[in-house]
Amino acid sequence: MAQLPGLLKGLGITFGTMMRTFKNGSNTVQYPHEKEAPPVRARGVIALHQDNCTSCMLCSRSCPDWCIYIEAHKELAPPRREGGKPRQVNLLDRFDIDYALCMYCGICVEVCPFDALFWSPEYEYSEPNITDMLHDKTKLSEWMETVPEAPALEVGADKKKK
Amino acid sequence: MNTLLGVVIPYWGQSLLRVLGGLVAVLLPAGTIVYVFLFKMMSFMQSRLGPMEAGPYGSLQLVAEVGKWLQKEDIQPTNADKPVFKMAPIIVLMSTFLLVVVVPFGPDAWFTNLETGIFYALAVSSISVLGILMAGWSSANKYSLLGGLRAAGQLIAYELPMVLAVMGVVIQAGTMNLQQIVVAQNAGSIFGINTFGNPYVITQFVGFIVFMIAIQAELTQAPFDMPIAESELVSGYMTEYSGFRFLIFFIGEFATAGVFAMIASTLFLGGWGVPFSWFGWTSMDSVSNWMNIVGPLIVFTKMMVLTFFIMWVRFTYPRFREDQLQRFAWKVLIPVSLVNIMLTAVLKVMF
Repeated sequence: MAQLPGLLKGLGITFGTMMRTFKNGSNTVQYPHEKEAPPVRARGVIALHQDNCTSCMLCSRSCPDWCIYIEAHKELAPPRREGGKPRQVNLLDRFDIDYALCMYCGICVEVCPFDALFWSPEYEYSEPNITDMLHDKTKLSEWMETVPEAPALEVGADKKKK
Repeated sequence: MNTLLGVVIPYWGQSLLRVLGGLVAVLLPAGTIVYVFLFKMMSFMQSRLGPMEAGPYGSLQLVAEVGKWLQKEDIQPTNADKPVFKMAPIIVLMSTFLLVVVVPFGPDAWFTNLETGIFYALAVSSISVLGILMAGWSSANKYSLLGGLRAAGQLIAYELPMVLAVMGVVIQAGTMNLQQIVVAQNAGSIFGINTFGNPYVITQFVGFIVFMIAIQAELTQAPFDMPIAESELVSGYMTEYSGFRFLIFFIGEFATAGVFAMIASTLFLGGWGVPFSWFGWTSMDSVSNWMNIVGPLIVFTKMMVLTFFIMWVRFTYPRFREDQLQRFAWKVLIPVSLVNIMLTAVLKVMF
């Protein structure tokens, strides 16, 4: 008998939720028809900014799953100053991320010293075939458009030194 | 039920009508219960919408599900006792069909009008225990066996309070015939007031509560779903069933819920009838013929109300532990219903 008030309260909760869903609609979203905007910093997919990449391989080596494949070759670029030595630059041949392996830890984004990798909230890139989950650098670069602007610094935060 | 609209129906016609009527009386409530309560009400109680894609508001979802089950492979474990394994779901569903036979739907709309109707109903409702025990035993699976044994223990324990709760009604009505129980409720009066007849839910309120709890346990709906406890026994006696055989178990579960709710509405809510004083009827013979059409609708409405309560409780409470479950039956429900019988008998003699 001592449990009776609690039991009635439980019935009241489920009934109340039902009436609220009738009146105000559900808390869920009918996914393919309407989409919820993911939070700004959601870890949807990793986008690549090719111009910043120096093929230093830090991301590839820090990846716990070894899901980043990088190949590059060296080329000579014209010198910065008149009469200088030609510069040597690395050009990306291949930058693939296997999203079938990726576990979205974000270490590659953290470790990149040149801001070449970014989190994008884009999430609709599933494939019927698992081998199609290996995305190459053009695909990764396309996702750069979906990367949101970096949020403004807090008041009093240190500006990054050049 | 020998004539319909003034035409005499031959025996084979009557049998055909009875079979079709039985199918409708079992499958229509089952489908409605699954859609309205299992798909929609449960979702709304969890603040989601439930199936929305198949048909308007997902109303054809059940058709899709049945189609899916029919396509599935009929898997039988290698070590299973094959004939028993195949027979078990049919026996469970059969007890449901046997049960609906005694429910009256109108003054002339009944399948059989047994003098010991409620006795028969309580007897055949225990047949499903056999089916469940067979399913659990023949599956050659420890989880199934445990589930089957738990089901048997639970169903036998809760059969008693159910029978004892019905006793109060039988004492008060003075008959075991379900048709006459309906008449006794609708023609009766409480202290001379006959506006609402005498639905036994008022005078037998304790019996009604005990009966509802007992059928909740008989249907193995949560909080009494120990036999199919999915988190510990996978799915109990249904673990090894797939495809059509699982579908039969599934239909059996919800069809039995509907039929038990019909029996409860007949026993406690006045069944197919409306209070006779509304239309100046005095006895069974003076009831108008249109009650044969309206009666089934009234039974259906009352069934939906009672199933709403069954499902509401199901979606609200977590599962009982096995010892709590048995203790509740033996130490609470049975003594309460025994006291209820005693009081009913004393009051029956006094008034």
